[in-house]
Amino acid sequence: MNRYLPLAIVSLAILAFATLLLVIVPGMQIAADGVAPGLKPYTAAEARGRAVYVSMGCLYCHSQQPRDEAQAPDGERGWGRASVAGDYAYDAPHQLGTMRTGPDLMNIGDRLPSQDWQLTHLYQPRAISNWSIMPAYPFLFTHKDKAGPTDVVVKLPPAYAPKTGVIVANQDALDLVSYLQGMKHDYAPPGDGLRDNGYAQIDARQMPQTDAAKAAQ
Amino acid sequence: MQITPTLGLLLTLSFVVSLLALSALIWAIANKQVHAPDQDDARSIFQPGEGAEIAPPTQPHHFDTERSGIDKSSSGPVMWLIGMGVFWLIYGSIHGLAASLELNLPDLMSGSAQMTFGRMRTVHLNSVIFGWSSQAGLAAIFWIIPRIFHTPLRLGWMVKLGTLIWNLALVAGVAAIANGWTDGLEWLEIPWQIDIALAIGAACFVAPLIATTRARTVHHIYVSGWYFLAAVLWFPVLFVIANIPGLHWGVEQATMNWWFAHNVLGLWLTPLGVGTAYYFIPKIIGKPIYSYAVSLVGFWALALFYSQVGIHHLIGGPVPTWLVTLSIVHSIMMFVPVIAVAINQHVTVARNMWALKASMPLRFIWFGALSYTIASFQGSIEALRSVNTITHFTQYTIGHAHLGAYAFVSLVLFGAIYQIVPRATGKYFPFPRLIGWHFWLVVVGFAIYFFSLTIGGVLQGLAMMDATRPFADSVTLLKPYLEGRSLGGGLMTLGHILLAVNLIALAFTKRTRDLETETMVAAQ
Repeated sequence: MNRYLPLAIVSLAILAFATLLLVIVPGMQIAADGVAPGLKPYTAAEARGRAVYVSMGCLYCHSQQPRDEAQAPDGERGWGRASVAGDYAYDAPHQLGTMRTGPDLMNIGDRLPSQDWQLTHLYQPRAISNWSIMPAYPFLFTHKDKAGPTDVVVKLPPAYAPKTGVIVANQDALDLVSYLQGMKHDYAPPGDGLRDNGYAQIDARQMPQTDAAKAAQ
Repeated sequence: MQITPTLGLLLTLSFVVSLLALSALIWAIANKQVHAPDQDDARSIFQPGEGAEIAPPTQPHHFDTERSGIDKSSSGPVMWLIGMGVFWLIYGSIHGLAASLELNLPDLMSGSAQMTFGRMRTVHLNSVIFGWSSQAGLAAIFWIIPRIFHTPLRLGWMVKLGTLIWNLALVAGVAAIANGWTDGLEWLEIPWQIDIALAIGAACFVAPLIATTRARTVHHIYVSGWYFLAAVLWFPVLFVIANIPGLHWGVEQATMNWWFAHNVLGLWLTPLGVGTAYYFIPKIIGKPIYSYAVSLVGFWALALFYSQVGIHHLIGGPVPTWLVTLSIVHSIMMFVPVIAVAINQHVTVARNMWALKASMPLRFIWFGALSYTIASFQGSIEALRSVNTITHFTQYTIGHAHLGAYAFVSLVLFGAIYQIVPRATGKYFPFPRLIGWHFWLVVVGFAIYFFSLTIGGVLQGLAMMDATRPFADSVTLLKPYLEGRSLGGGLMTLGHILLAVNLIALAFTKRTRDLETETMVAAQ
């Protein structure tokens, strides 16, 4: 290879081809799929809470994409049904995640709806689960001598409670909890919702073979 | 959704196109339809009568006069990039280590939002990818390109300007992340407003390379040049498309996210590492690479297959089935370019094992080249549905990422720095024994790091797949392995500090070799 221009053109053409297949065509297909019926836009508080979720980097330990029962027992853990592309129609930035250092949160609002629980857990996760390695977020709360009329007081076991006064939630903490409480994708998914059905297809193909083997015995 | 005939056709088409392109290339080489690079081309990096570039620190190195003029043109910008790169290496390592410790002792640093795990980890990634490996890789590019083109670097001031802009933007980006201002996508956290400055910085790196390429005095472009020249075009395109605000939404944004993130590895860091190894391995040994024609197949196969593997990060997720399958197929096809590179680089080293003893830089680069082969094989296997279902969402992935970005790319770049700096500055490293310590600290540290996360990750994945075990099991069983990761990371960080100590000490020593070179030039 001796010439620069052909090298540059072919290299960029290959990248364009990859972009077409990995971004543009899927983008068109996902856009055509639209919003999942039953999905509600975020409320103002939820949207603010989502911004807190993004800025704290919750994404790096929590996924938002339960897997198919053909692949993994996510449903049995209470994480909800397998999600489809339409479930994320209002999400930017997307927070699908790639790690489960902590559990999946796609349906955390279903599994743990209590505001009290969420606030205590955010203030000090080990007050609820002694095995947890989740960060504590005390900077989303304020230590006060006495709670004001509109303050939301965090319920804490004696070991984690301050010696005097109370811990009250800041607006950021309340918004974050609103977002988590709103994470409920319990409506029925569209029948043809877009998702990776590779595992289900492998299962479906193997099932008749296993049945045939049983019949042969 | 079932694979519809249209999409199935598209999937097949992509694969067939890649395969046909590759077959056509092999046919063309076999039938001499194109000028296949031959062993004479492979020797184009040597001057007539030139042997191994091993400088025993006690013996002054004699530069070829033409060469010394060339190296002089690039040494300034190269040293700027190396200096800044090593700064970000230390900064990023400390953040990585701190983030790792936070998982061991979760209440250690919970006092401030800036130090929470989600931000420390993100500062770590952006520092080491865009601060360390990108800049150290660019240093290698600006060192090697003028040498293989036998012409001085053009627009060197622009490289320095680019370095300045790039680092200021990076400081702003990292400060933004630490304070909670983020675009919120993995690998794309730096706010797009700041990304504009990064893109301008990147343009300042691309222009001098094109100018130098156009001014080259050799007919043939050596293999490292293919990788470098393609990579410096790929990265800006990826970076700009991925950061356009308001364009990406929902799940489309997720596919774009992994198209980008995996291509930063595949079409940016990998070409930097492979290209650098392709230059220094034969250069240090003093013999051309084993089979030059194979390297051509390796390059185009990398471009064709690596560019389409990204969606294997979303296996089992809410993305179209055909798209996931496409990325899995191409992940497996990555065996082709990886084996091509492996044949060339490993056989060349294996035939000259003596050189590993003689040259510390080669030892780093050889270890990096080996890690590239292993990381790529592991990555291909990891993309299989049966394997991925266990390893996805676990620390196994983190171990794999570090095998690629650290044990491969960073080790090659450490070697490149140790090889380049004495030749660019005309000074020896004041503490040559620390180079050996650096090597063993990072190799042992990385081994502990990698095996902790790999074993821990598999156990974590198996626990999560078992419905009878509570989720808590997957966390508690992981704890000792996360502690192992901190230990390994600590040793690696210590190694990096030794590199920094040597570089800083070198800056304060007197020039020893340059004087002689200048005398030589003057005498001619």
